[in-house]
Amino acid sequence: MPVFDQQETRKPPISQIGAILWLKTNLFSSWINSILTFASLYLLYIMIPPLLNWMIFDASFSFGTINFFGFEIKFSEEMATNDNCGRVGACWPYIYEKLYMYTYGFYPRTETWRPNTVFALTGLLFVIVPLVKNYKYKNRVTLSLIILYPLISYILIAGGFGLLTPVDTDQWGGLLLTLIIASVGIIVSFPIGVLLALGRQSNLKVIKLFSTLFIEFIRAVPLITILFMASFVLPLFLESGNYFDKLLRALIGIALFQAAYFAEVVRGGLQAIPRGQYEAADAIGLSYFQKNVLIILPQALKISIPNIVGSSISLFKDTTLVLIIGLFDMLAMVNLTSNDPYWLGRETEGFVFVTMVMWAILYTMSRYSRKLELRFNTENKN
Amino acid sequence: MSDKNTNIIEISELNKWYGDFHALKNINLDIKEGEIIVVCGPSGSGKSTLIRCVNFLEKFQEGSILVSGTELTDDAQKIRKIRSEVSMVFQHFNLFPHLTIVDNLTLAPIWVHNETKQEAREKALKLLDRVGIKDQAEKYPNQLSGGQQQRVAIARSLCTNPKIMLFDEPTSALDPEMISEVLDVMIELAREGITMICVTHEMGFARKVANRIIFMDDGQIVEENDPENFFNNAESDRLQLFLNQILTH
Repeated sequence: MPVFDQQETRKPPISQIGAILWLKTNLFSSWINSILTFASLYLLYIMIPPLLNWMIFDASFSFGTINFFGFEIKFSEEMATNDNCGRVGACWPYIYEKLYMYTYGFYPRTETWRPNTVFALTGLLFVIVPLVKNYKYKNRVTLSLIILYPLISYILIAGGFGLLTPVDTDQWGGLLLTLIIASVGIIVSFPIGVLLALGRQSNLKVIKLFSTLFIEFIRAVPLITILFMASFVLPLFLESGNYFDKLLRALIGIALFQAAYFAEVVRGGLQAIPRGQYEAADAIGLSYFQKNVLIILPQALKISIPNIVGSSISLFKDTTLVLIIGLFDMLAMVNLTSNDPYWLGRETEGFVFVTMVMWAILYTMSRYSRKLELRFNTENKN
Repeated sequence: MSDKNTNIIEISELNKWYGDFHALKNINLDIKEGEIIVVCGPSGSGKSTLIRCVNFLEKFQEGSILVSGTELTDDAQKIRKIRSEVSMVFQHFNLFPHLTIVDNLTLAPIWVHNETKQEAREKALKLLDRVGIKDQAEKYPNQLSGGQQQRVAIARSLCTNPKIMLFDEPTSALDPEMISEVLDVMIELAREGITMICVTHEMGFARKVANRIIFMDDGQIVEENDPENFFNNAESDRLQLFLNQILTH
């Protein structure tokens, strides 16, 4: 009977690794791919240089003063005007000039510190939460943050309660309004969405029917219609005394809209959980509530993270629709400020700027979701 | 073993249908405290369905099941009471993949039996030690081999101090070299006097520890006997055929 020697382990052959192989497999694997590669390179060649010229090399940067979240940065004594910017490149001093509008809308200039504090608190939140991850009382800290943060933010921004000058929601605008609508929309709709998803899977016929009807109705209607309904139709049904805030009505509309989408996303996650998990949870005697909170939802939500974030990102972008019911978010501010007679013909700068801000925020969100996925991945850990 | 003569499980006239399919036909079975019952039979014969009725994972349409004197009904309170006395080990382990091994074990004691985290954890580690995987306590289920996972599952079902253990083909999903480590744990449990109902094809195990072996086919109990007579003096043709099929290899 033959006996074989132990084989030594080797590295793969050099032709099977490295940059050349990568180029070969990814860019030039067939003649169609090679043509596409060259076509893409040509497209980039005709697009990128003019864009860079407009944005950077021919652009004006240093006129006037920039007010960045309360910090004044002075570039030159010379006032920025439409004329001392050339017409060849971008006029970024226009953005400095309008940055206040893009950020806060019509928020009173004397009260800017209030939204700034909220921005700072929000930033702080992202620092605190990872820090207390291993702290003994992390649940208590998290819970108090969940309650305190929105409360403090609301008091700061809206004022009132005899503490601060009230600022009407009509005056909120720009990035501030965009962030408020998006975050309130996402945070309020999420638990509703989870409940609707569970409702749709429920054994209780009435709850199942209600959840299904609600989800299917909302998903069959465009967000614009819901915003119109909330803004113009709803007040018709209410007695005149019960007229409530326009922003609040929009928020309710958006939250209900998003809840239906979250519900379907979460339902997808719920369906991916094997029946054995339900049976094991039942067999050890957990109640319906415990079973869902401790066993099913943690797994289902984890699977759904990419879709939850995807859905949140589309909601964030959809918030720009509030323009049509007369709320001025960041994008609406571009249109509004471009009507300034001293700054005619500069909306391109505005749109490019808003695009960059949106991209920065949404790209951060999508990176963060990837991080969450990795953190919660216990299934394939080795 | 079956020294006490009280019946801990009484199944009478049990009938179950899946839609039109008659899955269990007139099952009558009494099990005494401390008895080890092995249920075997061809696939689709209703063995798993039968033991899943005992902790009400499956609803049945006719008949009654009494578990330590409590009758199984739709009443959620009663079901939870029974499930705290009856635990189950599944073919596919069904560990909770998002929780560490020790958290898998302490879940029911903490949430169902109101034990403190400290107590539950100590007991869990003791049980893990008993099934030989204490050093894996902080890992996640998918980092363990199949045999280890099934031993964790057994430890998890012991965590609530059950009177009755149900095993639903606990070794069928395991690689052959891992079967014996699970069977060893089960044999040890059987010797400690806990009531066990095992659906399994491990005839060596059945011969070694069972008090009674039940053969099911086509939704009914065809034959039941002590191991000695079960293997050597099979009365029905169907059992004879079944034994020939599984014992000739």
